[in-house]
This record gives sequence, C-alpha cells and structure tokens, in this order.
Amino acid sequence: MKTQTINKNQEVAEKTQNIAGSEAVVRSLIAEGVDIIYGYPGGAIMPVYDELFKYQDKIHHVLTRHEQGAAHAAQGYARISGKVGVAMATSGPGATNLITGIADAQIDSTPLVCITGQVFSHLLGSDAFQETDIVGISTPVTKWNCQVTKAEDIPGAIAKAFYIAKSGRPGPVLVDITKDAQVSNLDFIYKKCTGIRSYNPVPKTSQESVNAAAKLINNAKKPMIVWGQGVILGQAEDELKAVIEKAGIPSAWTILGASALPTSHPLNIGMVGMHGNYAPNKLTNECDVLIAIGMRFDDRVTGRLDAYAKQAKIIHFDIDPAEIDKNVKTDVAVLGDSKESLAMLLDALDNNSHESWLQEFKDLYAIEFEKVIKGDISPTKEGLTMGEVIKQINIESKGKAAIVSDVGQHQMIACRYAEFNVSKSNITSGGLGTMGFALPAAIGAKMAAPEREVVAVIGDGGYQMNIQELGTIFQQKAAVKIVVLNNEFLGMVRQWQQLFFDKRYASTEMTNPNFVAIAEGYYIKARKVTKREELAEAVKEMMDSKESYFLEVCVEKEDNVFPMIPSGAAVSDVRLS
Amino acid sequence: MKEDIKSFTISIYTENNIGLLNRISAIFQRRHINIESLTTSQSEIDGVNRFVIVVNICEDTACKIVKQIEKQVETIRAYYHTEDQTIFTESCMFKIKSDLLFNEPQIQNIIKESNARIVTVNKEFFVLEKSGRRNEIESLRRDLNVFGIMQFVRSGRIAVTKDQMKITELLTAFNNQ
Ligand SMILES: Cc1ncc(C[n+]2csc(CCOP(=O)(O)OP(=O)(O)O)c2C)c(N)n1
Repeated sequence: MKTQTINKNQEVAEKTQNIAGSEAVVRSLIAEGVDIIYGYPGGAIMPVYDELFKYQDKIHHVLTRHEQGAAHAAQGYARISGKVGVAMATSGPGATNLITGIADAQIDSTPLVCITGQVFSHLLGSDAFQETDIVGISTPVTKWNCQVTKAEDIPGAIAKAFYIAKSGRPGPVLVDITKDAQVSNLDFIYKKCTGIRSYNPVPKTSQESVNAAAKLINNAKKPMIVWGQGVILGQAEDELKAVIEKAGIPSAWTILGASALPTSHPLNIGMVGMHGNYAPNKLTNECDVLIAIGMRFDDRVTGRLDAYAKQAKIIHFDIDPAEIDKNVKTDVAVLGDSKESLAMLLDALDNNSHESWLQEFKDLYAIEFEKVIKGDISPTKEGLTMGEVIKQINIESKGKAAIVSDVGQHQMIACRYAEFNVSKSNITSGGLGTMGFALPAAIGAKMAAPEREVVAVIGDGGYQMNIQELGTIFQQKAAVKIVVLNNEFLGMVRQWQQLFFDKRYASTEMTNPNFVAIAEGYYIKARKVTKREELAEAVKEMMDSKESYFLEVCVEKEDNVFPMIPSGAAVSDVRLS
Repeated sequence: MKEDIKSFTISIYTENNIGLLNRISAIFQRRHINIESLTTSQSEIDGVNRFVIVVNICEDTACKIVKQIEKQVETIRAYYHTEDQTIFTESCMFKIKSDLLFNEPQIQNIIKESNARIVTVNKEFFVLEKSGRRNEIESLRRDLNVFGIMQFVRSGRIAVTKDQMKITELLTAFNNQ
C-alpha cells in the first residue's frame, strides 16, 4: 500500500482497510497533504512515532529540542506558507509545553493542528503517570479541541481539525488521542471535512454593506486605510493594492499586516501602533473615514480607545463577526472573506486621489525622519544601532527576505525598518508577544519555503528562551540566518524602566555567555560584530552563506525605540523622543 | 459613562459535545463575569442542546459575549434577551420533618397558598416541590424557615423566548447546501 502513488491512494481511500489507530493518525495527516511535522516523542504518543518511522518517506518529522519549539516552528511554517502547521507531543509535560505556542497561534490566527498523546482511556481522571487534562487546559486558547478515545474516531477528528484550523478565521486546534485508541484497530477510510452544520466560517458579504462602505469612501476627503493580517490570510494582497490605488487612499498596516503591500508603494504610509510611524498614528485622529481591513483594533494599535479616531466614520472589513464593535464602534461593517469583499468594494469605488491629504503624511514623515529614522539607520554616534543592522539586511536581501523577529526593541525596529517586497515576510509574535518565538519559527519558515531567505532577528533575552533550537537547526541543516542584536539588556523592559520607573533597572541587565562559542558548539558558522566598519561585510557574509549562520551584533546598550505612544495615551499623542 | 447592568438570559443552541460547557463558561470567566445560573438540557430539536444562562451585565457586554459564544465551532446559535422578552421559571425542593406537617397546621396553609406540591411523604420527612418566579420561591422559603428546613435546593432559571428561534430552518438550510 505504502508505495502507491497519490492518485492510487485516493482511489484506495474509497475502500476501507483495517489498520491501527496510530497508523490512521499518520495516514490521515498524509491525506491532508502534510509533509512536515514538528514534535517530540514520549510514552503516550510512541505508537504514532512508530508509524512515522514507517512513513518517513512521506512525512518528515522534525525533532525540535522542546515542545514549545515544535509549536512555534509549526507556526513559522504556517505563517510563511499559508498552510496548516502540525505539531505533535506526548501527554502531560509534552502537551503543556505546547501551550504557549498554541496561545500565540490563537491570538495571531495561525492555522495549527496539534496532536497529543494521552494516557489509556481507562486511566483518565486517575492522576496516571503523565496525565494532564490537556483538553481542559487548552480550551481557552484553541479554536477547537477534542479528545479521541476510540480508534474509529481518529480520521473524523483529524479531518475536522484540519478543516477548522484552516477555514474562516484560522486558528489552532488540538486533538488529544488516548493510547488505547492508538493501539486498537479500525476500518480506515479518510473523508475530508467540508462543512460543519454549527459552524459558518465565512459570512457572506452583503452588497448593501459594500455599497454603504463605498459611498463613505467615495465622499471622503481624508480617508485612511489600516489593514491587518486578514489581508494576508485571505490572500487578498492584489485586491488591497487595487483598492488603494483606485481610490488613492493613504494606507497603513498593523504589525501582522506588514508585507501585504510593498514597503516602497507610494501609498504605503507605514505602521500604526505603539511604536508605529508618526504620520499614520497622528493622522488617525484627523482622517474623516477610517477603513479597517482584517485587523482587530488591538489596544497596542488604538492606544486610548475613547480618544481613537473619534472624528472619523469607521468602516470595518472582517471575516469574524465577533470583531465587529468589539473595541471600536463601526459605522459600516462589511463581513466576509477579504478577497471577495475587497473585490466587491473595488467595483463600487470611484477613481480618486487625495494628494494634499497624502502630503500631510509626507510632511510628518519628514519630521519623523529628521528626529528618529536618520539616527536609527544612519547613525553618526559611536555605538551600533539596531536600525543600521536591519538596513544592511535590506541591502543584502533586496527586501526579499522573510524577517522572523522575536519580541522587544529589536522586533519594533525590525518591523519599522525592514523592507518588504514579498507578502508573508514579516513573521513575528504580535498578539501574545512571546519571547522565544523567533528561533523556532524561523526553522519552520525556512523548511516551508526553502527557496526563500529567512532571517531571524532576535534580542539577547529572547534568544536564550529557546536557544536549544540551535540543535534542531544543526540536525536539520536548516539554512536559517540568525541575527542577535545584543544590548545586554531586556531592552524593551529597560526602556520602560527608564521612561516610567525613574531608571530603576530591576532585573533587566543580562550577563551574557559567549554566543559565538555556543553557535559554534552546534557547528553553526558564527561571527560577532562590535564595530560599524565590520557590519556591512559581516551581514554580506551571512547572507551569502548557503548554510545557517549566526551573527551577533553588539549594539548600543541603552537606545530607545521611538516613536512611542505611551500606554494609556491617545494615538495622536505619539512621542518622537 | 457606565451602561446599565441588567439581568440577561442567554440562550444557546449547541451540538451535544463534551467540553463545550467548559468552552462556554470560559468566555464568562475570562471577562470576570459571575454566572447567576446555568441550565443545560435537550432542546426542541433532537440532538441539539440548549443552554440557558443568566447573568447580570450591561447590554454591550451581553452582545459581545453572545458573539464570542456563537464563534465557537459547536455553537449553532446564541441569543440574549431581557426578562420581558422571555417567559421564565425556576423550580425548588424542600425537605422538611414529617411531624411538622401534622403538628403545625400553619404549614398546610402555606403549602396550599403557595401552590407547592408534595412529592413524597414518609415517617421522617416530606418533600415539597414548587416552581415559579424567584420572589415566590424566596417567600415560601422564608415562611417555611420558621419551622425548620432539612434541605433546600433551587434550580437555575429555564426560559423560553417570546420571539421565534428558527434553529430548525438554520439546520435545514445547512443540510440543503
Ligand atoms: C515570554 C515572555 N516573557 C516576558 C516578556 C516581557 N518582555 C517583553 S520585551 C522584553 C525584553 C526583551 O529583551 P530582548 O530579548 O533582549 O530584546 P530587546 O528588547 O533588548 O531587543 C520582555 C522581558 C515577554 N514578552 N515574553
């Protein structure tokens, strides 16, 4: 059976075969088109691993060094490819170690299927060895989850899991499979799930809502778009661009929306939010119509809610009805898939341009450039800045690299200054802000898109949260480029301590190890840069490397990220220093 | 500007599924909302469950919560209603020493006037059951408390709505897709 072609397999799938639950797990994954999974074995999932061994020509299992790494790697895989990422773990500690990644995927709408082993069903509730109620634990952070205790329920549960993870607003699901279900037999037949009666993943876009939105936009004098990841998840990049160009609307992005429109596009006015650009933050409180597309008005984007775009009519495009009016009251809600709703909007829009309004953004950009950007990317002071490192990466990659950033100052700098010419290029933990995300996520991203250059940009703090994944990089020969921007501080927290806690640097200074030696211990090429003169050449060497490469750049210890909207302040109170 | 806190009855039609109760109650817990009562049972449609949850919140919150509940994969539909949009009742039971029934003539009057029903009587105790609005049940409890109550229990609210639910239509539409 194993050697049959895919086509024949599909034919075979019509007939049932008596196989073990564990084999059914693997065959179900194959039927869903899975070819890479990330995980870590243990007692309660061993039968499935045994099958993975047999099916290793079809599914490549990547042994991460920690289950959190497996979850984040699966996220990186999903974020760069748009496909469902798969993570696997044993019961108890294996399963709980996945939780941070699952929570991250939930808040960032990343499609994940997590499969966990569970103790024998007769032991459930008995505090058996490595028993945890992972279904209970994961409930608040999954889109859906279930426990399977019978072998015959395995294919149905996995089919449902993939359908739910991927459809509508994507998210993580977890399927917990007891060991007895894995070792008993079933008559295997795989049917993909195509619908669930209680679940309506894509609400239909109403023409009336589109017309109402178009009317507001056509009459607007100062319209502004803020788009989010919904555009990328809906593969609506072209539709977004067409809408923006037809109506001539200055358009900004949330951190997860980055890269849906090229950085250099003349109507791309930058990032909104706490460390976003000056102009879009400030002018959010000047526009007359605010068009939010596939974004959720996160508090890091809106700042003080009761001072957010109060003067503007709000139009909200979203696939998730629960997002409408959740944080910001809308005047027109357009439900539905962004690809479809934006195409409908395009038809209803007038050709337009808003030159003097766009000029306001340009003027404010000029101020931001003078006060912040110039010093960040072309510094004249002695110490190296994070911004100039990102600039070098842009130059070497021609803005085509996927940037996987961790959480902190370097993340904000990476998102602000990285040049994006390709969609799905900004892979970062937005909603949860999970330090430790980047290194494993970069592995998943590189494996999903080996043709792409994947550069992980990480702080010295977050790097050490999942540094063990260097082992995975080494074993898998994943050609990930790792840049650690070392300021010897938990920089972002230190910045807050400086600004809001009178410089009391409580537990934010780091005494760091020899990072180069550690990377070399994993046989990864490594280099440390301390002087500006070496930077360009070192970045070039890294980018030219065919293999993974570790670059540590020692940057100024106490630089701050600006602009900044202090928490609790209005977007228009964005500070430049 | 604080919105009015009111009593809302949240009605949820769901698939019959282990863990869904957990998923739904987590939506309240996350927002630090106390659930006044929660009842779950079979609904008018075979295989479809109905939750009736009573909470004291403002309408804006009720609306957001209902959307979050509807977002759950196994929720078919969720609604919120104010008290005057529903017809509702609760039910309760009292276990009381049997001698009181014979020695305290007052008790017999109380039972009669309150429309409570005697479920069972034996040598040691008798059991009263009553359904109605909270204030009726409370007043009965106060009256009986004077004589001593061995056990008291009250159910959560059950409610039907005045307007139509249209769940069957929804499910038929899915089947015809
Ligand atoms: C798991 C986790 N723990 C704590 C935090 C809080 N936190 C946010 S940014 C930050 C500092 C990050 O320091 P580093 O990785 O060195 O990056 P830098 O800010 O210096 O660029 C911390 C501790 C977090 N986001 N995630």
